[in-house]
Amino acid sequence: MDKSLTMPASGPVSRPGISAPAGSRLETGPQGKRPRKVLSSRNIIVYGALGLAAIYYLIPLYVMVVTSLKGMPEIRLGNIFSPPMEITFEPWVKAWAQACTGLNCDGLSRGFWNSVRITVPSVIVSIAIASVNGYALANWRFKGSEIFFTILIVGAFIPYQVMIYPIVIILREMGLYGTLYGLILVHSIFGMPIQTLLFRNYFVSLPEELFKAARIDGAGFWQIYFRIMLPMSLPIFVVSMILQTTGIWNDFLFGVVFTRPDTYPMTVQLNNIVNSVQGVKEYNVNMAATLLTGAVPLIVYFVSGRLFVRGIAAGAVKG
Amino acid sequence: MLNNVSARTQSSVSIRELSLSFGSVTVLENLNLDIHDGEFLVLLGSSGCGKSTLLNCIAGLLEPTEGQIFIKDKNVTWEEPKDRGIGMVFQSYALYPQMTVEKNLSFGLRVAKVPKDEIDRRVARASGILQIEPLLKRKPSELSGGQRQRVAIGRALVRDVDVFLFDEPLSNLDAKLRSELRVEIKRLHQALKNTMIYVTHDQIEALTLADRIAIMKSGVIQQLDDPVTIYNRPKNRFVAGFIGSPSMNFLTGELVDEGGHTVFKTNGVSFSLDGYDAYEPLKGGRKVILGVRPEHIKVDGDIAGGEVHEAVVDIEEPMGADNLLWLKHAGHVMSVRIGGARRYAVGAKVRLAFDMTMASLFDAGTEERI
Ligand SMILES: Nc1ncnc2c1ncn2[C@@H]1O[C@H](COP(=O)(O)OP(=O)(O)OP(=O)(O)O)[C@@H](O)[C@H]1O
Ligand SMILES: [Mg+2]
Repeated sequence: MDKSLTMPASGPVSRPGISAPAGSRLETGPQGKRPRKVLSSRNIIVYGALGLAAIYYLIPLYVMVVTSLKGMPEIRLGNIFSPPMEITFEPWVKAWAQACTGLNCDGLSRGFWNSVRITVPSVIVSIAIASVNGYALANWRFKGSEIFFTILIVGAFIPYQVMIYPIVIILREMGLYGTLYGLILVHSIFGMPIQTLLFRNYFVSLPEELFKAARIDGAGFWQIYFRIMLPMSLPIFVVSMILQTTGIWNDFLFGVVFTRPDTYPMTVQLNNIVNSVQGVKEYNVNMAATLLTGAVPLIVYFVSGRLFVRGIAAGAVKG
Repeated sequence: MLNNVSARTQSSVSIRELSLSFGSVTVLENLNLDIHDGEFLVLLGSSGCGKSTLLNCIAGLLEPTEGQIFIKDKNVTWEEPKDRGIGMVFQSYALYPQMTVEKNLSFGLRVAKVPKDEIDRRVARASGILQIEPLLKRKPSELSGGQRQRVAIGRALVRDVDVFLFDEPLSNLDAKLRSELRVEIKRLHQALKNTMIYVTHDQIEALTLADRIAIMKSGVIQQLDDPVTIYNRPKNRFVAGFIGSPSMNFLTGELVDEGGHTVFKTNGVSFSLDGYDAYEPLKGGRKVILGVRPEHIKVDGDIAGGEVHEAVVDIEEPMGADNLLWLKHAGHVMSVRIGGARRYAVGAKVRLAFDMTMASLFDAGTEERI
């Protein structure tokens, strides 16, 4: 054996037959962590591709932001990429408080508050019900649970368009058509299949023995749900909340169909502002309005995305 | 619980004609088992033979397809787990991750709305017995495997149950902790004198802990006996091969009548069966399997008389305290356990004597002991 290959003796213990290298000097040659080249061709390709993709997605956002900060005369000059020579927030104010849609001229603010009143209850109701559904399906294999689950899954794949007219009739019969409550009901129901699936799969992935232990400890359906399952489920609740909030906030179809102009959600109102045919097209106002409408999902992503990662990192799932 | 006393008083847990299937898969079939009061019963069997299923049935976590379960002479077949007087310890500890050790221990009591000072008293007692007082304020994620399992045992302890159910509680621990906790469980049983049913596939655990061992194979109990009987007088070839490491040597051959004696013959070599305690008179002409454990074959200096065979050393496996010789004889390779200090060269010739008082004979067809 080559001398450089013998193991350095650990500590003062020297066993017969194993000779330590003199002193504790390390031999020359490779040692410790292998250095990595920063500009390897692999890195260039990976970061290059990522950079290009990021630019591709960021350019429209950039154009929107700069345009929304310009006055109309400047926009007419034509260069959409140039930064504003004179920053003005007037388009934002106008988009929020003065832009006209149909008869109303109080801007997007009305739509914003409508959307809040639609999204918050829909998200809460659908998550509350779906999480209990998923928990029941995962842990309490009741009679017919398989069939119930299959029906839910099929429900997730039926195209919305097929169901719109029947739902209009149902809501009309219930006296909810055109109200916010009707739309909240529709959103809660349509979110149900996919949300239930999400929660079921999460609860199935939790150790079954925890559930068994809780049953032996005498906890019932709700006690296990609230005291054992809920505290372990923060990550999936955050995921579900992100999906539902952005999905419902961004919804356009149901908003148009199931509400009336004074209860239109923000997306529908945005469409009406941008597509209004009267007068000159105010690109800066349109851009500001679009950014305002998109702000909520963006904020949700930024805030809860970090929460989500922290939830997992904190070992909320680990036993 | 005394209002239902019947003739069955001596047993703590009784299982009557229990069957369980998952859809078309039958896991347990017509299983009967009586566990005495204060007994430590080990369910031993290979993976997938239905040990956990049986335990879950006793706990009330699975509904049997047919049959009855009695605990303390009360028919609990339709009772909820919490009303059966059982506590269960799982392989994966199953501690509630968001609760401190103290809250984990007291969860069952809090659910049952036991008064606060009573809860405190019981938690203090259990944590004293298991020596986990310093850990009470910690979360499960801040505990080692052995500590977690102790807490899991404590959870059954605080509830003051009649029967402890263990489902491979030590399988997730490393070898050293496993033997430590094994001793601790034994001590706990001696102190509490509760009935304990313990599932494992580790035969050392089974042999060291059990008052009686039930060996299971595909949902059927093969033998239910004390560890010594299981080890020395296995009822069939499966039990014989399952218990013991290295495994028992099996020689297939037949019984032959020779000069007024019945001997065992394999590949032309005959073995005297003097001293074998047979269930039935042995007669020639029967195909049988002779089973001899490695430590029941004596080598050279250990031979104290009787019939002597000669064999050749094939492989030697020194294991510290013991030395395991693999010998070739009569067309078979057999393992022999000798003292660790005695060494043999490969190819050396050794003399052997078989201790037939400790051997087992099985019918080659039914594989039952004869
Ligand atoms: N929910 C289930 N559905 C269908 N089959 C199951 C179910 N649970 C267990 N089984 C089957 O029942 C058999 C016995 O399972 P069980 O968990 O009791 O085995 P075990 O003896 O505890 O094994 P191990 O030592 O691996 O824990 C296995 O073959 C398993 O595949
Ligand atoms: Mg098991």
